[in-house]
Amino acid sequence: MASPSSLSVDLSQAFVMAPPGLGEWLVILPPALMITAGALLMMMRHRVDRHGFIAIPALVALVLIDAALLWKVSTGGPVTMMMGRWLPPFGIAFTVDVLGALMALVSALAGLAAGIAALTDISDSGRRYGFFPFLMLLMAGVSGAFLTGDIFNLYVWFEVLLISSFGLLILGSEKQQIDGALKYAVLNLIGTTLFLISVGYLYAIFGTLNMADIALKAREINGAPLMTLSALFILAFAMKAAAFPVNFWLPASYHTPRITVSALFGGLLTKIGIYALLRVIVMLFPVQREELSLVLAIVAVLTMVLSGLGMLAQNDLRRMAGFAVILGIGNMLAGIATDTMVGLSGAVLYALHSILAMTALYLVIGRVKALTGSWTLSAGGGIYSMAPGFAFVSLALFLAVAGLPPFSGLWPKIMLVKASVDIGAWWLAAGILISGFLATIALGRTFLLAYWRPAPESAASVIAGPLKQDRLAAVAILGLAALIVLFGLFPEAPLSLSQQAATGLLDPQSYVRSVFPQGGAQ
Amino acid sequence: MNTLIFRTVAPFLTALMIVFSIFVLLRGHNEPGGGFIGGLIAASAFAIYGIAYGVAAVRRALWFHPLSIAGAGLMLSVVSGLISAFAGVPFMTGLWIYPKLFGVEVPLATVISFDIGVYLVVVGSITSIALALEEKDDA
Repeated sequence: MASPSSLSVDLSQAFVMAPPGLGEWLVILPPALMITAGALLMMMRHRVDRHGFIAIPALVALVLIDAALLWKVSTGGPVTMMMGRWLPPFGIAFTVDVLGALMALVSALAGLAAGIAALTDISDSGRRYGFFPFLMLLMAGVSGAFLTGDIFNLYVWFEVLLISSFGLLILGSEKQQIDGALKYAVLNLIGTTLFLISVGYLYAIFGTLNMADIALKAREINGAPLMTLSALFILAFAMKAAAFPVNFWLPASYHTPRITVSALFGGLLTKIGIYALLRVIVMLFPVQREELSLVLAIVAVLTMVLSGLGMLAQNDLRRMAGFAVILGIGNMLAGIATDTMVGLSGAVLYALHSILAMTALYLVIGRVKALTGSWTLSAGGGIYSMAPGFAFVSLALFLAVAGLPPFSGLWPKIMLVKASVDIGAWWLAAGILISGFLATIALGRTFLLAYWRPAPESAASVIAGPLKQDRLAAVAILGLAALIVLFGLFPEAPLSLSQQAATGLLDPQSYVRSVFPQGGAQ
Repeated sequence: MNTLIFRTVAPFLTALMIVFSIFVLLRGHNEPGGGFIGGLIAASAFAIYGIAYGVAAVRRALWFHPLSIAGAGLMLSVVSGLISAFAGVPFMTGLWIYPKLFGVEVPLATVISFDIGVYLVVVGSITSIALALEEKDDA
């Protein structure tokens, strides 16, 4: 391309000709904004005291953009923007439907809460290690994963968030953190590599990476080894989501980093595995998912019940929260396995609830540590008399996590139980209820021991100091708790949105049409 | 390393490699090459300089912290993509201008600025890793 060409070329053969509107730009803005903010913070590495002033407004902007995007797709249907103007299926597509926008918005809220809590929790040395740049890049990876419409691009965003999560995990480089990070890194890299292998296999079968294109072709293709492919994808995403046989990395690593980092991870990372399962297995390979639904259901029950027992067995609160994260994953898997509209929307709703509730749970545990000076149940106590307001908020959160009314955990659980009873899988419904019961016992015991029990004599010296400080963590926890209560009391809006998301997954017509307006451009 | 031969050759080698890395970066538009491989060559140049004269000398010579360089590159790449918003075309669309510099027409594109961004990201991040590893060796 040495000089401006004077030849007349029909650009419409290769290029998108319509200029993109504001709605299309909303699709790409979340990751672009987060990368820009991350880059800016990397350049300001000597002014760590100013990091918060850039990071928090950027996260607020992310929430607003995602909210606008959700409003746009829930009223007008999925939106697509083609990178570099190339026509689908050749260009990389960013396609957002209600599911993607919903997950992106709720993740952004959790990210904002963690960012606010980090302002006091992450010290200057943690900031010099790059907490805020890593947070921005993690959010870029998370938003990109939810918004992309290209399966290889999904892999790239997985890598982005994985690399940032490594950075966050070893913030401070303590010995215990390196130990946890090693397990996390090795197992996650195996999972990501499996994902990459599956994508390569998929490309060999379909010759395309665009998800809308794959969705079209998978329904027509004959004699392709789609069963193997789906099983590979399920294994890869189950590792990411921490489903039962491949979940040992999570309890081994999530208790090691700073509590704000744990909150981010517990809220966001595993849910991306669930999102990928929903997107790839449910939307792209419906026939194979039906075949594999029994396997998924067994995995779901084992994940739920064993992590419920895991919660009971823990003395360290952070490890208990790790098992609570896995318990939620089991519930979402149950929804995916039921293969019905109600089950899928229950899974989506549970994912939204879990992002908020798990982030809040870890932040609450951080406050418990600040108040009692200990992470363990055996040593703590007396919070109720020290901070009754905080105790009330914690109780609300515990009830929400356990799935009791009137909080956000209730509605998805009802839908999941109904879906499993509808298809006659009483054992799946029993698994959901038993795991909820186990979680209730574990969290009830936490409240009993850490909050109601009078403080032990030895801990009395710690109590005086940290009560007043850390208003910002309180703001973050209260914000999340308010969302959880609102979600529990007025479930109509999230319910109808999650139903819309599930409809879009079961029948990807409108998703495909947003990429190929003419109904297939092969 | 303290051999006389290496210490004498290292500055020339470094300068040569950096020039070559820029050549590879610019060549990459239409032929094999590009920002990533160019960045790797430049990062190896800094690593060689570091082996010969120590990490402190490289940090002085670079002036900016390697991670700041990487951040600037990342910013440049994203901004190259966002420029297309003002031209009414989707993100990351290549846009060209053809200014005349000293009577020669020079085609410039957001594609090139994107690739320069990639170059800076690779230089910055790989150099910072290499320097950290060499620093550990010194201590």
